[in-house]
Amino acid sequence: MKTATRSTSHLRQDPLVRGLGWASALLGVPQVLAPAGFARALGVGDAFRHRSATTAVGVRELAAATGLLARPHPAWLWGRVGGDLMDLTMLTRALKNHNGRGLGRTAAATAAVTAITATDVYAAVTRTRRSTPMELTATATVAQPPDDVYALWSDLQRLPDFMAHLDEVRVTGPRTSHWRASAPFGKTVEWDAETTQDIPGRLIAWQSVDGADIDNAGEVRFVHAPGNRGTEIRVTLRYDLPGGALGKAAARYFGEEPHQQLDDDLRRFKQIAETGEVVRSEGAPGGKRARGEFPQHPARPLTEDELKEALA
Amino acid sequence: MKANCWTGRNSVEVQDVPDPSILNNRDAIVKITSTAICGSDLHLLDGYVPTMEKGDIMGHEFMGEVVEVGPGISDGKLRVGDRVVVPFPIACGACASCRAELYSCCENTNPNAGISEKFFGHPTAGIYGYSHLTGGFAGGQAEYARVVLADANALKIESDLTDEQVLFLSDILPTGYMGADMCDIQEGDVVAVWGAGPVGQFAMDSARVLGAEKVIAIDKEPYRLDMAAAQGYTTINFEDTDVRSALLELTGGRGPDKCIDAVGMEATHGASHVHLYDRAKQAVRSETDRPHALRQAILSCRSGGVVSVIGVYGGVIDKFPAGAWMNRSLTLRTGQCHVHKYMKPLLGLIERGKLDPTRIITHRLPLTEAPTGYDLFKNKKDHCEKVVLKP
Ligand SMILES: [Zn+2]
Ligand SMILES: [Zn+2]
Repeated sequence: MKTATRSTSHLRQDPLVRGLGWASALLGVPQVLAPAGFARALGVGDAFRHRSATTAVGVRELAAATGLLARPHPAWLWGRVGGDLMDLTMLTRALKNHNGRGLGRTAAATAAVTAITATDVYAAVTRTRRSTPMELTATATVAQPPDDVYALWSDLQRLPDFMAHLDEVRVTGPRTSHWRASAPFGKTVEWDAETTQDIPGRLIAWQSVDGADIDNAGEVRFVHAPGNRGTEIRVTLRYDLPGGALGKAAARYFGEEPHQQLDDDLRRFKQIAETGEVVRSEGAPGGKRARGEFPQHPARPLTEDELKEALA
Repeated sequence: MKANCWTGRNSVEVQDVPDPSILNNRDAIVKITSTAICGSDLHLLDGYVPTMEKGDIMGHEFMGEVVEVGPGISDGKLRVGDRVVVPFPIACGACASCRAELYSCCENTNPNAGISEKFFGHPTAGIYGYSHLTGGFAGGQAEYARVVLADANALKIESDLTDEQVLFLSDILPTGYMGADMCDIQEGDVVAVWGAGPVGQFAMDSARVLGAEKVIAIDKEPYRLDMAAAQGYTTINFEDTDVRSALLELTGGRGPDKCIDAVGMEATHGASHVHLYDRAKQAVRSETDRPHALRQAILSCRSGGVVSVIGVYGGVIDKFPAGAWMNRSLTLRTGQCHVHKYMKPLLGLIERGKLDPTRIITHRLPLTEAPTGYDLFKNKKDHCEKVVLKP
């Protein structure tokens, strides 16, 4: 499994990113040069610990400014969010233990930092790459000749029988089809695909056409297995995973590790090819919808409602 | 219906649960007439086999009458009213493993193959009532059970043999037989069997049927050894005898030609420091199994002999005597039983009176007393050898 990263140079021209960079610089310079004055301005007093905390925050701001203006990357934006949370924690503590002098200024500073935090979160979320190009590969051996295995796979409308995420594939023309799949958090994605290569008994390749919710491409090779063991299927899928690394982590949390998914999809394809259908158990009654395999239903017969849901 | 459910470590309960239904086209529903408690159920009971869920129905040894068949089963193969014994591993009959008669390694019947693969490197077949690692299939200690790919699995009983004569074809009789079969027994062979529980007893009977001249039973429970002695087997009680020297004495210093480990992961051994080491490591889960019987079998077997393992192991073991295995040209053979391969030949042996599986049954209880059955069997109370449950 390989993960490529997209260039972040477009962040250099992003006005919000540049604005946050300059704001960091404008705050950082006085904090480092005149920490006592800055602390007094916040109404928190100029004891040694207040001054040194202010200097430290200033150094952090200057680092963020340098990063955002010179080598912009979403990590700097997330770094700012982390810094904001630290500042808010310190200000909240200052408010709690306040001696009353300059309380209004501290409250105003807290409100300002809250607003800055909201801006930083917005910038970090919207400027984080929306997708990560991914390549997945998987392979399985099916005890049937390549021509039969190819024939089963090339009936595209049957792909949803074993591919966990696919809800529907509709053939729309001699080389075109429309695909609908479910995505994490109950979302649905759709795209039109074009068959780019089709060599009976050997290879099927396809690619999504412009305007897809998720750009994707894939190919399946059917190779004669040695010793008359049937057919080795080799699948390669390439797609832009929405939500970037964050989306990937979230998907994994919900038990949808992409590589495991593809392995399980192929296992179900093998079941259909060799036994005629996908084997269901009471613990995994959903068949192909047994995503992530855990958590499992107890291995006891299903109630009528569960049965209806499983067979839906 | 009523079913015996796992409710947590060391606890099972008979509960009311929904009736099973057809989930796959080639399913059949069986009204269970007899089911049994197996030694491997005890590894599930105490949680040594992982991935049990509260509410799982136990039991993988069952038989009964077909009351419903799925639309994918052709009429000639299986009909409502047929009397069937169900093998514990679920086989598809079509994958490379099934074609090679390695039914318990079937590649298509475990819906949780991904989990099984992480534990074992490659996935294994689905098994009824045997944790989610082997598929999460409901077990047969119940009034009804769903039989998966029934036309490729259920064995029809067409003669008038009693339930008790054929029930053990579901697991322990073929398992014991496979233990002896893997030994490649030659005329004049001495075969030692570790464990005189139900599988061990059947391994002994099978070794004799296959031509062993002398069969030695090793256990610590006098009633189990008596049961073996009644069949004419030599016995060793490991509680008061040093097993290796006793075996050497019985074989003129050679050691048994073939050794069968019918004990598996929860071997006990009185006061041995190695046992304490295993027990301690197992308690903190850094070693899952206590391979005491396996080590002893390897060290006792004659050079060039075969060690056949049918006791269940679940995870990893420490201190495997690789030196003895390699330097003395031993052959190690093992496997969860490929039941389907042996059912018909064994049915023939029962019909011809060569094997009497009923000899090991000590307790017959109604299904509702399953928890009592587990207690009797696990704690070897009341000379319990094998419990048959009647729904
Ligand atoms: Zn069993
Ligand atoms: Zn199979």
